[in-house]
Amino acid sequence: MTRLLEIDHVSVGYDGTDVVHEVTLTLNTGVIGCLLGPSGCGKTTLLRSIAGFEPISDGRIRLEGQEVSRPGRTQPPERRQVGMVFQDFALFPHLTVAENIAFGIRGQSARQRRRRVTELLSLISMDGYGEAYPHALSGGQQQRIAVARAMAPRPRVLLLDEPFSNMDVELREGLAREVRAILKQEEITAMLVTHDQNEAFAFADRIAVIHAGRVLQWDTAYNLYHRPRDRFVADFIGQGRMLPGQVLSEHEVETELGTITGSVPQNCSPGAPVDVLVRPDDILPDDDSEIFGEVMDKAFRGASFLYNLQLGSGTRVLCLTPSHYNFALGERIPLKLGFNHLVIFPR
Amino acid sequence: MRSALATLGGTLPRPRWRRPEGWTIVTLLIAGVLSLPILVIFAHVFVPASEVWLHLRQTVLQDYVVNSLILMLGVGVGVLLIGVSTAWLVSMCDFPGRRAFEWALLLPLAMPGYIIAYTYTGMLDFAGPVQTQIRDLTGWGYGDYWFPEIRSLSGAIAMLTLVLYPYVYLLSRAAFLEQSICVLEVSRTLGSSPWAGFRRVALPLARPAIITGLSLALMETLADYGTVQYFGIPTFTTGIFRTWFGMADPGAAAQLAALMMTFVLVLIVLERYSRRRARFHHTSARYSRLPRYRLKGWARTGALVACLLPIVLGFVVPSSQLTQWAMKTTHMWLQPQFLGLVWNSVSLAAIAAVLAVFLSLIMAYGKRLESSRTTNAAVRIAGMGYAIPGTVIAVGIMLPFAWVDNTIDSFMRDTFGISTGLLLSGTLVALVFAYCVRFLAVSLNTVEAGLGKIKPSMDDAARSLGSAPRTVLWHVHMPIMRGSILTALLLVFVDILKELPATLILRPFNFNTLAVRAFELASDERLADSASAAMAIVLAGIIPVILISRTISRSRPGHDTPA
Repeated sequence: MTRLLEIDHVSVGYDGTDVVHEVTLTLNTGVIGCLLGPSGCGKTTLLRSIAGFEPISDGRIRLEGQEVSRPGRTQPPERRQVGMVFQDFALFPHLTVAENIAFGIRGQSARQRRRRVTELLSLISMDGYGEAYPHALSGGQQQRIAVARAMAPRPRVLLLDEPFSNMDVELREGLAREVRAILKQEEITAMLVTHDQNEAFAFADRIAVIHAGRVLQWDTAYNLYHRPRDRFVADFIGQGRMLPGQVLSEHEVETELGTITGSVPQNCSPGAPVDVLVRPDDILPDDDSEIFGEVMDKAFRGASFLYNLQLGSGTRVLCLTPSHYNFALGERIPLKLGFNHLVIFPR
Repeated sequence: MRSALATLGGTLPRPRWRRPEGWTIVTLLIAGVLSLPILVIFAHVFVPASEVWLHLRQTVLQDYVVNSLILMLGVGVGVLLIGVSTAWLVSMCDFPGRRAFEWALLLPLAMPGYIIAYTYTGMLDFAGPVQTQIRDLTGWGYGDYWFPEIRSLSGAIAMLTLVLYPYVYLLSRAAFLEQSICVLEVSRTLGSSPWAGFRRVALPLARPAIITGLSLALMETLADYGTVQYFGIPTFTTGIFRTWFGMADPGAAAQLAALMMTFVLVLIVLERYSRRRARFHHTSARYSRLPRYRLKGWARTGALVACLLPIVLGFVVPSSQLTQWAMKTTHMWLQPQFLGLVWNSVSLAAIAAVLAVFLSLIMAYGKRLESSRTTNAAVRIAGMGYAIPGTVIAVGIMLPFAWVDNTIDSFMRDTFGISTGLLLSGTLVALVFAYCVRFLAVSLNTVEAGLGKIKPSMDDAARSLGSAPRTVLWHVHMPIMRGSILTALLLVFVDILKELPATLILRPFNFNTLAVRAFELASDERLADSASAAMAIVLAGIIPVILISRTISRSRPGHDTPA
C-alpha cells in the first residue's frame, strides 16, 4: 500500500475565513475514500482543491509524493491527471458518448483510443451506445458515462462530487454499489463527496466525517457507527440518543437503564457525569426487566418497528424491534440494554 | 523538496481561469460608449429651452403627446386582444390547422409597419382596387358613399396592431406552455370550468409574460416613424424629424426626444417589473403534455377565423399586393442600381451585426467570468437600446459627433489651415454605431442564452480531463456557442435591414438602403415602384420568424434541448 494522495494540514479560505481548516488525510492506492458531511461543511471545497480548482491557503497536497498544491502555488487541474465526476455530470452536449469518453485521452493512436472507449463502454454495460448523444440517455446512463469519461485517461485518482444526488433516492444506493464495483475492477483510487451516509456506506472503504471545515473522524463505516470519537459524529451517523449517566469505575457507568459495563475513557474519572450513546438497536424489549419506557411514537418499517420511548426521567430513547413486537401508543414496555461496547462523552 | 519544486517548475504561478479585472474594464467601456447617445439626450433636459422649444410647446407639443398616447392605447388594446386569444387557442385547444397556426401567427413580424401602411393605403384609398370595385359595382361616384379613411390615427392603430401583436402572442404562448399542467388540473378538480380555469389560473399566471409582450409592442409603437409619417399623424417621432430637419434646431429635437424618453422609461420599468414577477410565477417543475380542449362546431369555426384573420390581414394580403406590384415593376429591380441598393443594405447590416455580436460576446463573457454588480449593470445598460426609439438614438449620436467634427475641423483649420470636414457624422461610422446601440440587446440575449447552456462544471470537467483554458474555449465553448452566435448574427442583421428612422437621419448623403428607398418611393406615391425593395425586406424578415418558431418548438418544457 503506497500513499497516493496526501492532504497535509490543508486549509482553504477566502478573505481570512477558512472553509476548510487544517485537514490531514491520506488515501492509499486502490482505496475508495469519502468526505461525508452536511451541506456547507467544506467537503466540496476540499475536493475541488484536490482537483486544482481551488488554491489552498495553508498546508500541502501531494499526489504520488509530488507536491501539487501549496499556498501560492497551484498546479492547474489539466496537469494533475486527476479525474472528476460532477454532480450534474457536465457531459459535453455537442459530442457523442464515444467522443465524450475519448475527450481526455491524449497521445494515443486513433485505434488505441477507440479500443479504450469500447472497453469502457463495456465496463459500464453500455456497449453500442457510442454514437448516441448524452441528452437522449437516462440520468443513470449519463452518470455512468461521466464516470467512464473521467476514468478514460487513467487518472491517478478519481474525484466524485455528489455524483448520485441527481438520482432518484431508490436508485442511489444501487448505483453507488455499481460504480464502486467498476472502480474496484479497474483498481482505481477514488474520493467521493456526499452528504448521504447510506451512499457513503455503500461506496467507500474509509469515510471522513467533516463538520465546519474540520475532519472529525477518518475511519471505516463500522467504526463511525459503533465507535464515534465525537458527539457530532455520533449524532450525524445513524440514529441515536444520549442517555445521561455517571461513571462508577474504569469499566462501569450508572444510567437510568441500569449499570453498563465496558471500557470507560481515561479522561472520565469515577463520579464524572457523562452521556452514553444509545443506538435504536441497543435497546430490546425484555419481559423480565424492571425498567419501563412509554411508547410516545412508533413507525412501521416493514421488517421492523422504530419506537420512540420515554423513560421515567423524561429522557427519550429509540428502540428498533422486529415487526412482530407491535405495541400500542401509550403502552409501557419493559426494556433491557443490549450493549456490546460503550460510547461515552463527558458532559 | 528540491525535486518537488522542480516538477512544479514554471507551470504554476498562473492562478486560475479567471483573469483579473480586465473583463470588467472592457465591459464597462463598451457599456459607457453605447450609453453615450442616451446620456446626451438626458443631458438636454437641463439645457435652457430655446425659442423653437417654446414655440413647440405652444403649438404642437400637445398634439404629439395626445396622439402618441392614443396610438399606444389603441395598439395596446389591439395587440392584447389578438395576441392573448390566439396564443390561448393554439396552446390549449385543438382544432384543424393548429400546428400551422403556431408558426404562421408569427409571420406579420416580418412586415415592417411602414410597409404594411402604404400597402394598405394603395389598396384602400380612393383610387385603389377596393374602392374602384365598389364604384364599379354600385355606380356611385366620389362623395356618394362612406369609406373608412386609412390615413388616420385609427388606420395607424390598425396597421401597427397587425404587425405588433406577435410580440404578445409569442410571450403569452410561451407562458401558457410553461405553466405546469398540474395547476390547471388542480383548478379543474376544485370545480372550475375550462373557461374559469383560464380566467382564474392560466391568465393570472401568464400576466407578467403578457405585460412584457405588451410593453415590447408599445416600445415599437412609440418608436415607429414610417407609419405615422406616411399617414401624416403628428407624434413624437415625426415631431423630432420636423424639429431636426424642418426647424433645424437640434437642441429642441433633443429636448423632444428627452420628453419621449420618459414614456420609454415607464415602459422599461413596466417590462422589468413584470419580468421579475414572472420568476415567481413559475409553478412546479413537472410538465406533461397539455391535454387540449377539442373544439367542435361554432367554437371550431370561431377559433379558425380568429387565428386566420390576423395572418391574412397582417401578412398574406399585404405581401400578395407587394408581389403583384413587384411583378408589374420589373424595371425597378431588374437593373444594376437595385443590386447596388441590396449591396448597401446587406454589407452595412452585416458589418454592424458582426460588430454587435462581437461586443455581446465580450460582454457576456465578462459577466460570466467576472460576475459582479458592476459587470451585470454594465451589461444591462448596454442592452437598454432596444427600448429607445431609433429617432432618439440618432439625435443622441448626431449631437456629440457633430461637436467632435466641428472641434477637430476648426482646430485643424486654425493650426494647419486644412479643413477636415465631417469625420464621424454623416458617415457610415455613425450609422453602425447607432445600430449597435439599438440592437445590441438582441444579440446579447441570444449569446447569453447560448453561454448559459455551458455549465461551469463543463469547464471544470474539460480542465480535469487535461485541457488548458484555451483548449476548453476552442473545443467546448465554440462548438456549443456556434448556433447561438449564428442566430444572433441573423437576428441583428434582419433588424438592421428593416430599420428606418435612424438610417434616415444618419445615413451619408446619397447613401440609400432598401428601407430608405422603399419609404422614399412610397412617400412620393410611387407605391408600386417601392414594392421590390419592400418585398426584399419582408423576405429577409421571414428568417427570424423561422428561427424563433424553431427555438420555441425545441425549448418546450419536457423536451431536452440538443445543443
